[in-house]
Amino acid sequence: MMQFMLLFSRQGKLRLQKWYAAHQDKMKKKITRELVTLVLSRKPKMCSFLEWKDLKIVYKRYASLYFCCAIEPEDNELLTLEVIHRYVELLDKYFGSVCELDIIFNFEKAYFMLDELLLGGEVQETSKKNVLKAIAAQDLLQEEETPQGFFEDHGLG
Amino acid sequence: MPTVKGDGMRGLAVFISDIRNCKSKEAEIKRINKELANIRSKFKGDKTLDGYQKKKYVCKLLFIFLLGHDIDFGHMEAVNLLSSNRYTEKQIGYLFISVLIGANNDLMKLVIQAIRNDLAGRNPIHITLALQCVANIGSREMAEGLSVDIPKLLVSGDTIDSVKQSAALTLLRLLRSSPDSIPMGEWMSRIIHLLNDQHMGVVTAAASLIENLVKKNPEEYKGCVSLAVSRLSRIVTSSYTDLQDYTYYFVPAPWLSVKLLRLLQNYPPPEDPAVKTRLSECLETILNKAQEPPKSKKVQHSNAKNAVLFEAINLIIHMDSDPNLLVRACNQLGQFLQHRETNLRYLALESMCLLATSEFSHEAVKKHQETVITALKTERDVSVRQRAVDLLYAMCDRTNAEEIVGEMLEYLESADYSIREEMVLKVAILAEKYAVDYTWYVDVILNLIRIAGDYVSEEVWYRVIQIVINRDDVQGYAAKTVFEALQAPACHENMVKVGGYILGEFGNLIAGDPRSGSAVQFQLLHSKYHLCSPATRGLLLSAYIKFINLFPEIKHIIQDVLRSDNNMRNADVELQQRSIEYLQLSSITTADVLATVLEEMPPFPERESSILAKLKKKKPSSVPEGSEQKETTASKIPAVQMSNNVDIAPPTSINLMSQGESSTDDFVDQGSPQGGSASVDLLGLGSPTQPTAPSVGSGGLLDMFDTLTSHSSAPATNGIDLGGLSGGAEEAFRKFICKNNGVLFENDLLQIGVKSEYREDLGRLWVFYGNKTTFQLNAFLVDVSTPGNLSESLSIQQKPVGGEVEAGAQVKQQFNMACVQEFAEAPVMTIQFLYSGAQQKISLKLPVVLNKYITPAEMDANTFFTRWKALNSPSQECQQIIKATSPIDHEQVKAKASGYCVL
Repeated sequence: MMQFMLLFSRQGKLRLQKWYAAHQDKMKKKITRELVTLVLSRKPKMCSFLEWKDLKIVYKRYASLYFCCAIEPEDNELLTLEVIHRYVELLDKYFGSVCELDIIFNFEKAYFMLDELLLGGEVQETSKKNVLKAIAAQDLLQEEETPQGFFEDHGLG
Repeated sequence: MPTVKGDGMRGLAVFISDIRNCKSKEAEIKRINKELANIRSKFKGDKTLDGYQKKKYVCKLLFIFLLGHDIDFGHMEAVNLLSSNRYTEKQIGYLFISVLIGANNDLMKLVIQAIRNDLAGRNPIHITLALQCVANIGSREMAEGLSVDIPKLLVSGDTIDSVKQSAALTLLRLLRSSPDSIPMGEWMSRIIHLLNDQHMGVVTAAASLIENLVKKNPEEYKGCVSLAVSRLSRIVTSSYTDLQDYTYYFVPAPWLSVKLLRLLQNYPPPEDPAVKTRLSECLETILNKAQEPPKSKKVQHSNAKNAVLFEAINLIIHMDSDPNLLVRACNQLGQFLQHRETNLRYLALESMCLLATSEFSHEAVKKHQETVITALKTERDVSVRQRAVDLLYAMCDRTNAEEIVGEMLEYLESADYSIREEMVLKVAILAEKYAVDYTWYVDVILNLIRIAGDYVSEEVWYRVIQIVINRDDVQGYAAKTVFEALQAPACHENMVKVGGYILGEFGNLIAGDPRSGSAVQFQLLHSKYHLCSPATRGLLLSAYIKFINLFPEIKHIIQDVLRSDNNMRNADVELQQRSIEYLQLSSITTADVLATVLEEMPPFPERESSILAKLKKKKPSSVPEGSEQKETTASKIPAVQMSNNVDIAPPTSINLMSQGESSTDDFVDQGSPQGGSASVDLLGLGSPTQPTAPSVGSGGLLDMFDTLTSHSSAPATNGIDLGGLSGGAEEAFRKFICKNNGVLFENDLLQIGVKSEYREDLGRLWVFYGNKTTFQLNAFLVDVSTPGNLSESLSIQQKPVGGEVEAGAQVKQQFNMACVQEFAEAPVMTIQFLYSGAQQKISLKLPVVLNKYITPAEMDANTFFTRWKALNSPSQECQQIIKATSPIDHEQVKAKASGYCVL
């Protein structure tokens, strides 16, 4: 079971965090700090897997963003790398060549999408088509309901 | 600002941009506070907000929270959103709650009610939202509140596939967080059939849930084995086009395959031959595919393919039954060892560690030894090198131990600091486990200290000392080697410790050579003295006093050192005490006493290596099962059951200076045997059975009497198997406190009588063994043991007693006992013999008690009162009034006092 996933930038700014096991906020911050430092200090070409406490860390860098997952000892490292990749593919497909800013400005979408791919720390749906279909259905429902930022366009937001 | 997708909220985007443009932390906080005030007023205002606005504000709050700020309002608004019929509002409500509401929030009841409503509704999108929220929070309250609804969704025929997927994983989350809250029900029997579901997504999600259930109750779900095997078989034999979107970079359903392979690792190899064959075919197919040329150059293809391969290898190792598969797996991993992908090399090393523990593949793994050693030397990533160390440790056996240990030692010189300590432990364990020649072992450990002294933990050097003490064939070599090692201009403090201990015990073995004569040894040790910590200095002082015993010719040099201000007046109390006591000990005792006190250490009782225990503690996974077993058979150190007082220091209880007026033979009024500081127990190995220090207090005779009797009734301690004292023995023993002759023991077979006499520090005791039967007693054997460190206090000489005792005859045995210092325990006598073929065993305390060594002093009334009045410090006075149980009879008291040796 995946314990948590963190997305952070090369500057160490946390962009997304998803915790599948309960932790106190203080603990979350501590873990995040520790791992961001650890992963950023690693050189390219190094192994993507690390032992950390009693967990395994699997990380991969995409452009300016690091994706970092903590999994349990019996979990499969290589496949975790591909969970990350599938998530990146989904973001990419949805935003159209995704960049860090997309995730900053549409963070709620990034969370929705992650919930479709992984639930409770386990892979729920690996089909790209099915995940995107679910997200598209959400968007469609929202568009039907939302008056498309009418107020904001008139400076009333 | 990038384009905002879908239902993008411009207000939110503007806010995010503002935050990003803030130049300082203060500016950011100011902007946030402004926004919070704005949102608060919007929520409080009477104007009803539409869904879009609520969603926007809640999103802003979320963003602020995710930046790391606290949010203390908006919760109620979010909960209200849950009951909205509009999807947007519901969705944002759920998101807010998932992120911001802790499991113990007061609003949880409302949230659960809203979730239950959504689960009962017919809108699958609402159901999915509710399930995701449960999976994200997973609190106990949710488990209790929804324990019926969720399983129902999972097995109901009407539920659509995507909802089933979410239901399976949500249920899994609840089972993990509060397993006892989910009632087992009818759904459980149907659940394994989800493995046959048409929808790959459903099977993928269900497989995780099933594995969790199986872990708790494998027997109940045994049926899943054949289902999983057939599903797996269909996947591995399908072409990549068959599974459409579930094929990932030309690999059919890698996630599901891995989950199925893991599920099967909860069971032994299938019993049904057909299933077993089918599984073997699957595993072979997976191994075959690894040899095929890749269908894509993309790393995703190879990762997914190899993920399945590694999981298959894990299953092969788990079943540990098919030598062919195990060896094939090993060869495959061997190829990966030289792969250009670092990740694969890492995983191959890790996986091979497991293969090394299987008897079928151990030899195959050993073929890759050279490659692994090269990896240790050339890998650029420390985590990969760490794996190489692990593998070398796992593949080590008697045939390659010397080479592997040599390579590890060599690597240690340049190894990363982060892995040194663990490497040191591993080298130490391997060297001990596979040592054929213990001189090699000693060399390895001393090299460890030389190369990586800072990382050599206490356990490691304790262990080398234990082994040297227990093996007399290596003691001379150890002394010589450590002497040479100490000659290095800079040597590690741990080396000084080992050197001090070993030379202190066995320095005499190399003193014949003038180059390592006694004075040279002492000068060498002492040259390090001033560079060491107080603990090490304490140890060296003990070594010095041992030198005085070993080498009387340098006694005066050592005494000068002990006498120096630097020691005698050291600020460290322990050092001061040792210097003073050792100096006194060496100046006032006779050579014989000194020799007894400073006798060579007795062998240590055999025990699990403390190093192995430490490694286990550090990395439970790294000590493969069964290695302990190998351990004990490999190291054949004689298990000597003897008094196991492991203190190297002579007993600090000889607290000679504690009494200003003490004379040399006044050993009575002393501190407890463990009175020294804790550092005396140098090896920290004081066995748990060590006697609790009987403190012979400074009180009068009464006190002593109490101590004696109360302690003699304490259970036998000290690791000596007394087999319990024989019945009635305790009472008979007590009688001897006040008399010298009598019957010590009697049963139907044997009568044992005792006669004794004492003069000053010498005692003589005759034991009479009377055979009461009409048969000969055969193999008559008497053994006397001294619990704890009694042997240091009481030296016992036992005259032999012969093998047979004729019917009706009596044999006599004489014991000579010299009291060296005060003692509290009595020696234990074990009598064994064969009576008409049956082994008999009697354990008795030999009636030797301290008071027998008291000599009455004759004096007239004046002298007595002068002395009496001199005893005026409070510690010298102790009064206790007891009620006599019988009338006082002068003759009787006189007899008792005389028996007690005070008259």
